Parts: sequence; C-alpha cells; structure tokens
Amino acid sequence: MTTTNSHIILKTENLSIGYASKKTTSVIANNINIELKQGELIGLVGANGIGKSTFLRTLTSIQNPLNGTIYLNDKPLDNHSSIELAKTMSLVLTEQLMSKNLSVFELVALGRQPYTNWVGNLSTEDLSVINKSIEQTNLSEFKHRKCFELSDGQLQKVMIARALSQDTDLIILDEPTTHLDMYHKAYILKLLQKLAKDTNKTILFSSHEIDLAIQLCDTMIVMTSNNVVYDSPCNLIEKGLFETLFPKDLINFDKNTGSFRIK
Amino acid sequence: MKSKLTYPFVFLSVLLLICFLVNISLGSVSIPTREVFKSLFGNSNNESWQYIIQDYRLPKAITAILVGSGLGISGLLMQTLFRNPLAGPFVLGISSGASLGVALVILGSGVFGGVFATLLISKWSIVIAASLGSFLVLLAVLLISSKVRDTMAILIIGLMFGSITAAVVSVLSYFSSAEQLQQYIFWGFGSLGNLSWNEVIIFFCIYGFGIVLTIFSIKALNTFLLGENYAKSLGLNIKQSRLIIILATSLLAGTITAFAGPIAFIGLAIPHMTRQLFNTSNHKILLPAVFLFGAIVMLICDSIAQLPTSDYTLPINAITSLIGAPVVVWLLVRKRKMVF
Repeated sequence: MTTTNSHIILKTENLSIGYASKKTTSVIANNINIELKQGELIGLVGANGIGKSTFLRTLTSIQNPLNGTIYLNDKPLDNHSSIELAKTMSLVLTEQLMSKNLSVFELVALGRQPYTNWVGNLSTEDLSVINKSIEQTNLSEFKHRKCFELSDGQLQKVMIARALSQDTDLIILDEPTTHLDMYHKAYILKLLQKLAKDTNKTILFSSHEIDLAIQLCDTMIVMTSNNVVYDSPCNLIEKGLFETLFPKDLINFDKNTGSFRIK
Repeated sequence: MKSKLTYPFVFLSVLLLICFLVNISLGSVSIPTREVFKSLFGNSNNESWQYIIQDYRLPKAITAILVGSGLGISGLLMQTLFRNPLAGPFVLGISSGASLGVALVILGSGVFGGVFATLLISKWSIVIAASLGSFLVLLAVLLISSKVRDTMAILIIGLMFGSITAAVVSVLSYFSSAEQLQQYIFWGFGSLGNLSWNEVIIFFCIYGFGIVLTIFSIKALNTFLLGENYAKSLGLNIKQSRLIIILATSLLAGTITAFAGPIAFIGLAIPHMTRQLFNTSNHKILLPAVFLFGAIVMLICDSIAQLPTSDYTLPINAITSLIGAPVVVWLLVRKRKMVF
C-alpha cells in the first residue's frame, strides 16, 4: 500500500481458464499474465464467445482456474476467506435484480453487509460511506426512489454505487453498458474513469464498446482466439491487435480514429 | 425512516390486542364482557365461564396467534429464499409429509386392526404422526438441498414430494372405511381449538426456536434480495444460510400442521398483504409486520369461524381462504402492481 499507483491489486500467473469435467477439459485461454494496478481503469474486450465471462468468473472465484494462480493483494485468491474477499472485491453483474422493491438507499446499503453486525445495523461510518457512494454516482436526488421506478441507466449507476459502498480495492463489472443508449454508455464508462481516479480503486470492466474503452482506459486486456494481451490502448493500436479481434469481411479497424468502420 | 414506521406498528399492535380480546369474548356460550375480563384474571364467580375462558378460549386464541404469525413468517422465508411470489410454507412438501403421517395413522389403522387401532387414533398419535411425517420430508429435502445447487430445483423437488404423498393418501383412502375417511377429512379442515395448555406450551417452544432461527437470518434474507451471485460476492455463506432458513420454515410450518392441521392460504397471502401495506422488502421491517398481521388475520378468521352465539363452528381452513383470497385480489387490483 506504500507505493501508491504502482501497487498491484490483482495479478495472474500463467493462468489458464476453461471448463473441466471428469472426461474432458476444454481450455478457453492459456498463459494469461496480467497485473492490475491501483487506481487503474481496465477494459476487457473481445468478440462474443471468446471467453470474457469465463475469465471474469475465474477472477471473481465463481469458477476455478484450470491452471496457474491468481494473486489478490499478493495473496492467492484461494487463501481469502469469503468475508476477506467481499472486503477486497466487489461486483456488478449482468443478472437482473431479484427484488426491485428496494429504495436506492436500501440497495446501496446492502453493499455494507460484510461490515455490519449480525442483524445488519448500519453504523455512522456505514451511513457516511453509503451517502458518499450515492453522491459519487450522482444519485442524490434518487436516494429514496424505488428501484423499479428507475431507468436502465440509473439502475446501472445504483449497482455501481452499491459496489462502491462495499469499499473494496477492486471493482469488477461484467458488461456494464449493455442495454444502454450511446449517451449512457459513454456516461457510465466516463463515470468509471472518474471513480478510478478519485477513489484510487482498481476498476475492471468487460465491454463491447471498444472505441470508448480505447479513449478512456489506462490499460486494456484484449482477448483473441490465440492469446490474451495486456497493455495500454496506444501500444495495443501500434501492435495492430484490434485488427485481429474480428473476422475481416465486414469491419475494419481505423488506427487514426481508434474505431471500427464498415467496409 | 424509523419515526415513519412507529405509527403503523403501534396501530397493528393495538389492533392485535383488540382482536385477541374480541376473539376471547366470542363463542358458542355468550359471556358478558365484564365477566370475560374477570375470568381472564381468575376472579369470576361463575366456574363454568371461568373454565371456558381459561381452558378453552385462551389457549385457542394463543394458538391462533402462533399459527397465523408462524405461517406468515414461514411463507415470507420461502418467498425470499425461492425468489418466487408463489412459494408458501408448504412448497417444501412439509404439509404433504404431515398429511401422509396422519393418513397412515387414521386410514392405515384398519390394517393393524383390533384394539391396537383404537389405541393408535388418539390425538397425540396424530400430532406425533404429523410431526414425524413433516420431519422426514424435511430431512429428505435438506439432504437433497445440500447436494443440489439450484434453489429452484429444491422447489420442484418439494412439489414432487407433494405429488407422491397425495398419491399414497388416495391409495390409502381407497381401502378405508367411511368413518376413517371422515376423520381424515376433519383433520384436513384444520382446527385451532382442542389444545390443552401442555400442548400449547410444547407448540410455543418449537415455534420460538423457529422464530429465533428466523431472526438470525434477517441479514441473509436481505442479502438474498440481490440474488445468489451478489449474495456470494458479499461474503454470505449461501449453503449455510439456506439450510437455516429451510430449517426455520420446517419447524414453524411442521409444528403448526401437526397441532392445527394443514391451514391453507395464510402462509402465501400474509407476506403479500404485508408487502403491499408497508411497501417494502426490507426484512427488518417485514418480519415484525408479518408477525403482527398474520396473528391479527388468524384471530379474525377464527372469530368468524366459530359463528358467535351459535353452536356451529365452520372449518377454519375454509374461512381463511374465503376471507383472505378476495383481500389479496383487491390489494393487487387496487395497486395494479405486485410488490415483491
């Protein structure tokens, strides 16, 4: 923690991911070596079905790796207790909320669960963290609204506020921009960039908004069928990696604008 | 937030007290209100009134409170755990298990025959059979739930248990005499009366244990509102919490069915009514609200079921549905939106 900005929150060593059953093993990606540093915004991109979700599921310990080790704050992921993990890593998932009858405040307050007592009472510290998270995501005016009254974009902000209130070093978001219009896609990703800077948290998200990610991220993880590459957006463009993302019959990557064009 | 909730809770508490007193005042024998209070504190000069109040109506009213609140709470637990507004305390097959136990005792007694049969059909044997039945089904469900990861699968398994027991019961009834069938049907009507003080105390102890488990699950229940994956990411031990919640439900619904019969509707409807009225899904508020509301509704249903001043007592099971179902329909239509 002493060397801010260069402190490594999450590191993988020769990680291979995939699904193993008794008879067969299907490897999705091999030899993944990444280092996520404190205060960085990291975008994970790749074509549909390339294994982004599997990778995130492995990082969040929902799924076991086939090989290799994941270090969270220099300690192997397996050695974290579930409460330790909950205090180090928070998630924003694609799944629908089960109950939208909670108010924004109540939902964000659930992020404090790892810190509260057996009945879930909020201390003054909890309250200040919750209120700060609501302010940081510009939700103050919606604080006492019910979640079913919110638009998709607002709801996504609430889920981000909930992850913030969990007060973790690392926030992982699985496709936070799906179902959103172009403005809100940019809004959410810009918000993530600001949060990473302001709170010095590491934020990793998967997305299909490659051009936005190129503009906003400090680092990007590009998954192709051959390998997983981890570098700054500029270097990735130089290396010509984005050209290899998709089949070449329909779209082309334009190096000058950093975006895809129809042929 | 807190001050806004004080008023409805005080209101419900007072309402519960009123319903309790009204319930005790009404019955087939009309007793003047002043005498009811005197008898309650043991100062009445009329011995038979005192007996009616202290040894019949009082335990019955307490049973009604335990049954109403217990079923409401177990319904709330199941609806949150299974993320399904249709879930009630009986989806796990608890009532089916109890029914099977009772059916085996009442309908199956013909098989054992003779003096042994009459010995079997005492009230305690029915209570024990019902408890044993629901306990065995519970054990089976717990065993399976430790193997199966998907909560929805447990729901289906509970329904399958229900089908199996229903089938066994119909086979048994096919070979039973008319009297045995009648006795079984009467058990199915449900009954809050006929419990001695000893039985009420045993009932209360098991009920209390279920409530304590529920109180310790409040935090987990609120976390489950986010869905299982979020709950896991918040450091919740899903398997353990699920086990405790299922155990609490089974204790509550199991003993209630054992002592009062399979009482329909309350478990499903009370949580919905409470959510509509309080407009929240927070279990710290819902749990006490469901407790009060379930007890109130059950007391009202029981007061109506005994048809005051007449000698008839209607089956409590019919009354709960007749009164409750239109109320739920009315609430849903009025709000046009189901709160869950």
